[in-house]
Amino acid sequence: MPSTRDVVFVDGVRTPFGKSGPNGLYAETRADDLVVRVIRELLRRNPALPPERVDEVAIAATTQTGDQGLTIGRSAAVLAGLPKSVPGYAIDRMCAGAMTAVTTVAGGIAFGAHDVAVAGGVEHMGRHPMGDGVDPNPRFLSERLVDPSALVMGMTAENLHDRYPAITRERADAYAVASQDKAAKAYADEKIQPDLVEMATRSAERGWGLATADEAPRPGTTLEKLGTLKTPFRPHGRVTAGNSSGINDGATGCLVAAAGTAAELGLPARMRLVSYAFAGVDPEVMGIGPIPATERALRLAGLSIGDIGLFEINEAFAVQVLAFLDHYGIADDDPRVNPYGGAIAYGHPLAASGVRLMIQLARRFAERPDIRYGMTTMCVGLGMGGTVIWENLNEEAK
Amino acid sequence: MSLSTWRSVLLARASDEIVTQALVRDVALPYGAGTMALITLDNGFDHTRPSTFGAQGLLALNGALDGIAARTDIAAVGVTGKPFIFAAGADLKGATRLSTREEAGAIAALGHHVMRRLGELDVPSFAFVNGAALGGGLEVALHCTYRTVSSGVTAIALPECFLGLVPGWGGSQLLPRLAGPDTAVKLIIENPLAQNRMIKGPEAAALGIADVLLEPADFLEESLRWAARVLRGEVSPPRTDHTATDWEPALRRARDLVALKVRGATPAPYRALDLIELARTAGRDEGFAAENDALTELLTGEELRSGLYAFDLVQHRAKRPAGAPDKSLARKVGKVGVVGAGLMAAQLALLFARRLEVPVVLTDLDAERLDKGVGHAHAEIAKLRERGRVSADQANRLTGLITGSLDKAAFADADLVIEAVFEDLGVKQKVLAEVESVVTAECVLATNTSSLSVSEMAAGLRHPERVVGIHFFNPVAVLPLVEVIRGERTDDATLATAFALGATLRKNCVLVKDAPAFVVNRLLTRFMGEVVTAVDEGTPIEVADHALDDLGLPMTPFTLLQLVGPAVGLHVAETLRAAFPSRFEVPAGLSALVAAGKPGVYRPDLTLDPEAVALFAGGDAPSTPEQVRERVLRALAEEIRIMLDEGVVADPRDIDLCMVLGAGWPFHLGGITPYLDRTGFAEPRFLARGVASMPAA
Repeated sequence: MPSTRDVVFVDGVRTPFGKSGPNGLYAETRADDLVVRVIRELLRRNPALPPERVDEVAIAATTQTGDQGLTIGRSAAVLAGLPKSVPGYAIDRMCAGAMTAVTTVAGGIAFGAHDVAVAGGVEHMGRHPMGDGVDPNPRFLSERLVDPSALVMGMTAENLHDRYPAITRERADAYAVASQDKAAKAYADEKIQPDLVEMATRSAERGWGLATADEAPRPGTTLEKLGTLKTPFRPHGRVTAGNSSGINDGATGCLVAAAGTAAELGLPARMRLVSYAFAGVDPEVMGIGPIPATERALRLAGLSIGDIGLFEINEAFAVQVLAFLDHYGIADDDPRVNPYGGAIAYGHPLAASGVRLMIQLARRFAERPDIRYGMTTMCVGLGMGGTVIWENLNEEAK
Repeated sequence: MSLSTWRSVLLARASDEIVTQALVRDVALPYGAGTMALITLDNGFDHTRPSTFGAQGLLALNGALDGIAARTDIAAVGVTGKPFIFAAGADLKGATRLSTREEAGAIAALGHHVMRRLGELDVPSFAFVNGAALGGGLEVALHCTYRTVSSGVTAIALPECFLGLVPGWGGSQLLPRLAGPDTAVKLIIENPLAQNRMIKGPEAAALGIADVLLEPADFLEESLRWAARVLRGEVSPPRTDHTATDWEPALRRARDLVALKVRGATPAPYRALDLIELARTAGRDEGFAAENDALTELLTGEELRSGLYAFDLVQHRAKRPAGAPDKSLARKVGKVGVVGAGLMAAQLALLFARRLEVPVVLTDLDAERLDKGVGHAHAEIAKLRERGRVSADQANRLTGLITGSLDKAAFADADLVIEAVFEDLGVKQKVLAEVESVVTAECVLATNTSSLSVSEMAAGLRHPERVVGIHFFNPVAVLPLVEVIRGERTDDATLATAFALGATLRKNCVLVKDAPAFVVNRLLTRFMGEVVTAVDEGTPIEVADHALDDLGLPMTPFTLLQLVGPAVGLHVAETLRAAFPSRFEVPAGLSALVAAGKPGVYRPDLTLDPEAVALFAGGDAPSTPEQVRERVLRALAEEIRIMLDEGVVADPRDIDLCMVLGAGWPFHLGGITPYLDRTGFAEPRFLARGVASMPAA
């Protein structure tokens, strides 16, 4: 049975991302309900896929308790009405959860263990604040395994500014403004809406509503305005709420399939998985994780950075994107990078974000069939990075 | 009259209405279909307290519609409910407080004024029926232009006729026009008269009550998409002009049913029939005005008060039995023994196995009888399996739970043993003593006797305090009543165990003192005794048997006698005669019927059996129907008074609860005491004015 088969990205959708907190879009909405909506929409959008042909449902969440617990891949599959014969599991690599869900099912598909899988992620950071319920081993600190700042993501971002003095707050803020502008334009051009699935939102006080767009973007953000923001992680620091992603709620999901199965069923194959890699770095500078991950992924693919025509890099913090760009000598405003804007605008519901990157890459690939290769990459807490390289399968690509 | 008049009439009285709010939010419809003003009906509680409409709730909805009507920027209006509940109709507690025609007319008219707006806005309206939609709740949906329904909804109904009302906030006029006379008759007449049957979402869609059926997982989102497609003209739900069809077959069917079941005893189903008939030709104003008239009359009538009273008994008092000891005293029941393997015993064994899911062992002295009893229970399980009521695994489990033993030693580890042997005190005493010799000191001993003394049965035991009466009604699987009888020595733990057992069996328990034949059988026997004695005296059976038709009882006295069997009837009559010789007769005709081995006075084709009729011949003092009727009602009033004086039950409400649940006596009688109160047979009244009757204005 073991084999190596081409793995393709068929389709992806996500809920609009909300701001966490009592006044957020999803303040009274369950995390598993977000996942259920995504799974059902994936099946609705792909009627050529018989539900019983889904062989696996891998759903990531960083905090796997409460409405994100109960092996959410399986429980959401049952709640979504998939046949009971379809198995599922939960997966966790913090911010790269959904990305890891995709690479894990892709590995299974390439091996021949399954043909079609749903992969995605969810994080309701309002119901599950970062670090909720964790119990770090005291040895981390007593043996100085990690720096005390390693578990506070904002502090790791400040550490990155220390390491790269050329990355100033001004550059970070300018990058953030550009992200907001690109997101606003993408919305105006209807690049985002086609892959959003609207979500009913209940408020006991206000009644039912409907989430149809991301809540976090702040179109019209200016440098001046960003300059006034506080630096909560360090006095006179550089990291602010404006040049970071927010605290968000949302879910994503995609269909991943063996290329042959997609062809057999008549499912669109929008991009082919070329290679993927994860790598570890010092946890106190987790933001540089994408660099070694990308090095490894490029090597596995036999490609160089110059072959990559599109980058979807998660904007956990502007500084971490800029560190990546500086490493590869790419300009801050290079049009290949996050053409529709990134997490600074849309938000970053941790384990959900990886598939948002893929959705946006696939959408941009369709617009630019002339581009052959693209990359989704992100940094991960506790010092990791992940990179997936994709080949554009839109017609004129070759 | 106008809104301000209705408001002042209805808000004049202090109210404890739990107000259903109409929360309005704008939603951006998919596919660029514009903005919908989405109304959520929510009374602020969870699904265990469904949203209802009293005056303030209607005014809240009206206010929301005022705001919506003033806008020009919306494409549609939507209405949905809080989780699991769309809306559950009129505020019944509020209805019991209405005391004048003016108030009744005001609430009827206000409901129309508000709800009809949903169908008369400048934009289309959509009801998204996400959960239970009952009565006025369903009427809200019917007023809308379009409806979606969730396949997860389990309760859709117009239960008004069940209570003594009509669906008079538009339902009687809108439903027949929308879904045709057959469906209207089904929902408005047939289902309410069939123990208030309700339909589920899929059936509502199939009947055309809803335009589309959607799955519950993302019901609201997909409803909004569907609404957007309707607004864009991509979907146009079909509408049939039902006025062109012949309504007479459906109406005739309903009239026949009402004649059979109600016999003129309560006006509501007749008014509902008239309204459905009117809907074929009447315009909105005319139809709604007729509904107002009907509601006004019914809201001020005594039958509705009895209906609301009985509904409250069944909904509340039945679930919190008066006089039950603290639940925490109940012992855990992990295995049950049943002495006897007759039909009753087999039925009990099946019920225990299904609901308690613990081993149930039957014993009998006779191997053949035992095999037959266990076999009967196992065969019933196989039938449940065939009908898809239980899975194959569940059927295996249940079958394995029910076993038989010729030796009572099988009860050694039982926590409760119930005897269902022949109704003879000596036999039962002997059986209980044998059981006591093998069971643990904690084991509860129960008797299913229908008339014998629990205290006497326990008297010779080492531990009489663990004996309790648990009287089920036949058929055990169907009738919801259990009379729990406390003997003189019964302790609280034993009693609590009996109540807990009843609740787990999904029965409604009423605490009854150890008195001959308890409540239901005592009253039915007194009732029957008067009727049969009248026949003995020379009244023709057909006259006596129909003298009480206008009460709308589920069956005539002689039909009931035939159902329970003359021998059983005679046995209870003899027991009661022995206890209360001045009031209970053992009619000669009944004894003769038993002696002749007749199953009753009716033949299988329901005509009178001349041989049976002959057994009653010889009387020379016939009564008129009026005389029989008066004699029976006077006797019932007398017997109930004595039972209350003796403390057989704590309260007239328990008498009524027993008669509703155990004998199927109708809501419009309120069981029986409200009827005896309003007809003057109870002197003084059993219930204060305003309880199950119109309050003083």
